[in-house]
Amino acid sequence: MSNQFRDHLGRPIIAVTGMGVITSLGQGLEDNWAALTGGRSGIHEITRFPVNELSTRIAGTVDFIDLPVANAVERSYAMARETTLEALAQAGLSGDFNGPLFLAAPPVEPEWSARFELADRAGPAEEPGDAYDRFLAAMRERPDPVFHEAVLFGSISERLADRFGTRGLPVTLSTACASGATAIQLGVEAIRQGRTERALTVATDGSVSAEALIRFSLLSALSTQNDPPEKASKPFTKDRDGFVIAEGAATLVLESLESAIARGAKVYGIVKGCGEKADSFHRTRSSPDGGPAIATIRAALEDAGVGEEAIGYINAHGTSTPENDKMEYGAMLSVFGERLKSIPVSSNKSMIGHTLTAAGAVEAVFSLQTILTGTLPPTINYQNPDPSIELDVVPNVKRAQQVSAVLSNSFGFGGQNASLVLAAEPR
Amino acid sequence: MAKSENDVVITGIGLVSSMGVGREAHEALILGDHAPAPIVETERFAPYPVHPLPAIDWSQQIAKRGDQRQMENWQRLGVFAAGLALDDAGFKDDAEACASMDMIVAAGGGERDINVDSMIVDEALKRNDREALLNQKLTTELRPTLFLAQLSNLLAGNISIVHKVTGSSRTFMGEEGAGVSAVETAAARIRAGQSTHALVGGAFIAERLDIILMVEAIKGHQTGAWSPIWARDKDHGGGMIMGSVGAFLILESRAHAEARGARIYATIETVEGDRGNRAEGLLEKRLERMVEGAKPELVMSGTTGFHDLAAREKAFFEKTFPNAAIRGFGGLIGHSVEAQFTAGIGLAAMALGAGKPVAAFDTDHEKAMTKPASTAIVTTIGHQRGEGIALLAANA
Repeated sequence: MSNQFRDHLGRPIIAVTGMGVITSLGQGLEDNWAALTGGRSGIHEITRFPVNELSTRIAGTVDFIDLPVANAVERSYAMARETTLEALAQAGLSGDFNGPLFLAAPPVEPEWSARFELADRAGPAEEPGDAYDRFLAAMRERPDPVFHEAVLFGSISERLADRFGTRGLPVTLSTACASGATAIQLGVEAIRQGRTERALTVATDGSVSAEALIRFSLLSALSTQNDPPEKASKPFTKDRDGFVIAEGAATLVLESLESAIARGAKVYGIVKGCGEKADSFHRTRSSPDGGPAIATIRAALEDAGVGEEAIGYINAHGTSTPENDKMEYGAMLSVFGERLKSIPVSSNKSMIGHTLTAAGAVEAVFSLQTILTGTLPPTINYQNPDPSIELDVVPNVKRAQQVSAVLSNSFGFGGQNASLVLAAEPR
Repeated sequence: MAKSENDVVITGIGLVSSMGVGREAHEALILGDHAPAPIVETERFAPYPVHPLPAIDWSQQIAKRGDQRQMENWQRLGVFAAGLALDDAGFKDDAEACASMDMIVAAGGGERDINVDSMIVDEALKRNDREALLNQKLTTELRPTLFLAQLSNLLAGNISIVHKVTGSSRTFMGEEGAGVSAVETAAARIRAGQSTHALVGGAFIAERLDIILMVEAIKGHQTGAWSPIWARDKDHGGGMIMGSVGAFLILESRAHAEARGARIYATIETVEGDRGNRAEGLLEKRLERMVEGAKPELVMSGTTGFHDLAAREKAFFEKTFPNAAIRGFGGLIGHSVEAQFTAGIGLAAMALGAGKPVAAFDTDHEKAMTKPASTAIVTTIGHQRGEGIALLAANA
């Protein structure tokens, strides 16, 4: 067995042969990268629903994709379809994909418009709290298969599986803010297991609605600095006050390096290692000592078979919440020690906001693009540094710098953490 | 099959259903000499019968009251069943084993606040600025903690908090298929040496109007009274009776289990999921591929009870394995969507582990077993999509 295609543990090396991305900055890798390296923000005032009385009125919603019906499932599917089309075209693959599908997708619930519609066609209230009894009576009179399909968590992957001819039962997953990275990790594992030569890993989130926004607001997780919107997300600064909710999607075509080379595919980079560790501290807060985040980063480095000195740039989780940025800094400091000061660390979220379920994959695509182009995207809105966080955040302006390996962090709400080590194609 | 270090073995079963709490309670019912009587609640959600939760002393698995309060029933049931599985495998107080244990949870969504939803739609009926009303009401009426109780990945999050299972935490979604993928993924990792021990499972609460509404949208429920799952009446709805179930398993590599002297209920020989068009013959073709080479004496069927799907599944297995006994466990504990596949695997593993025949759940449509099974197939054919098959063998 040739070892040019095997890693330090004798496993197949995983190549990325196709990438696609959508964020509030636009559609497609090229446009996104131009905006991202130009330091442009995609955060804007919300127009999807009225926001006058809400404390947060801004988001990084994606409002430029055509939808048959405006709901979270249609939007999430449409973005996933578009990024997958882009990634497969880049990979030079057409026809049935013939590998497994791993999809990170938001948990969906019926839209409020659907509840209002049911209430309209049901009778009036007979007693407080009886809306669902009336909804049921209305459903008995006239079933609504569209309502059913719209609330099934498996409906997005079903459509992607049919559209792209993936193999087997697709996995739909959610590990909160780490979901996108987990999807990639599942694809990596499947190829390493020898179950497949290629895997389609997709992450999408088009679920910004009034209720989603208000739920995060009630947990004091969102920035309320609405004006101007593009200045709200300011990771690692002293006046950061929460994340900015956003939408987006990304697709990565993963392939064993051997099969990629054999078919003459262009290799955009390597997924060298994945690490994960769950937190048992609290439902919304990370362990203050950063233990699980530290373990996650270390696990990713170990899986990649590299020491901390190999990492030339860190694509931070960097949500711009007071707590995450402090905890993430502490975790990085304890892994990288004094050298951390000399490793550039930037947060894409300063420009695209927090794309939640999609974030891990969107940021993996940008990490690979960083390696490919030798350009570090900046952390914008870095005007007032937090003195307790001593980082080179690539402040405000992009930087030309070649890097061969990147660490991309995703630390989730609910204790789920994942880190990826992405690297240049081996020479 | 020759034994190997990375065989996937089942060493813990945590099951809660209308039939009772824990493995022993279920063994006593299904491994006896006559069909146990199902427990059905027909009044509370009439016209929809459901298999309700049994009486549960939550503090047995969730010691802190504060933790119990942070969850609604769906998460609480899952955390409780996960604790039972850990207990059953002897991992409950093994902090080190839990800290390195992998976890995959098959999750749906959590409970809606029915009163808040009702208040909002009732008010909206009188208004024409519904979106503004929605903002006002959600801002003032939603309990911040309810969001966490509704989030799919927070069942796993709560298991980490309560039981300290932190090796990894993944939540799969997608109805019945989520349970299938959870077992398939955990088993594939163990077989490949990527994992040594894993907690896998899910929970489902049938006693929820928001869930009942989802299935009524396709007229899926049997209405009125319970009837045997293989003979549900087409004049009374779609055939499904849902059941509240929490079902978790501990899967281990044979080497890991044997090194600690764990009791092995059964081996998972193969487990696979698939999906696709279900037009006549196509579903059967996928099932045929997935059971190829198997020679089961027992088919533990997770059929939903949907008339057409139940009939097709039964016909397929009667034709393919004429000597095998079929048991539709949904008739006994109800259909539990995300928890269905791990519940079926748990029940089959109990029979294989105890080396006893399984009583017919429905004597009119299921034949008696005269001797214990040494291999069993577990099925789950999703109510809308997705199919899963596991082949289990006794640990001879």
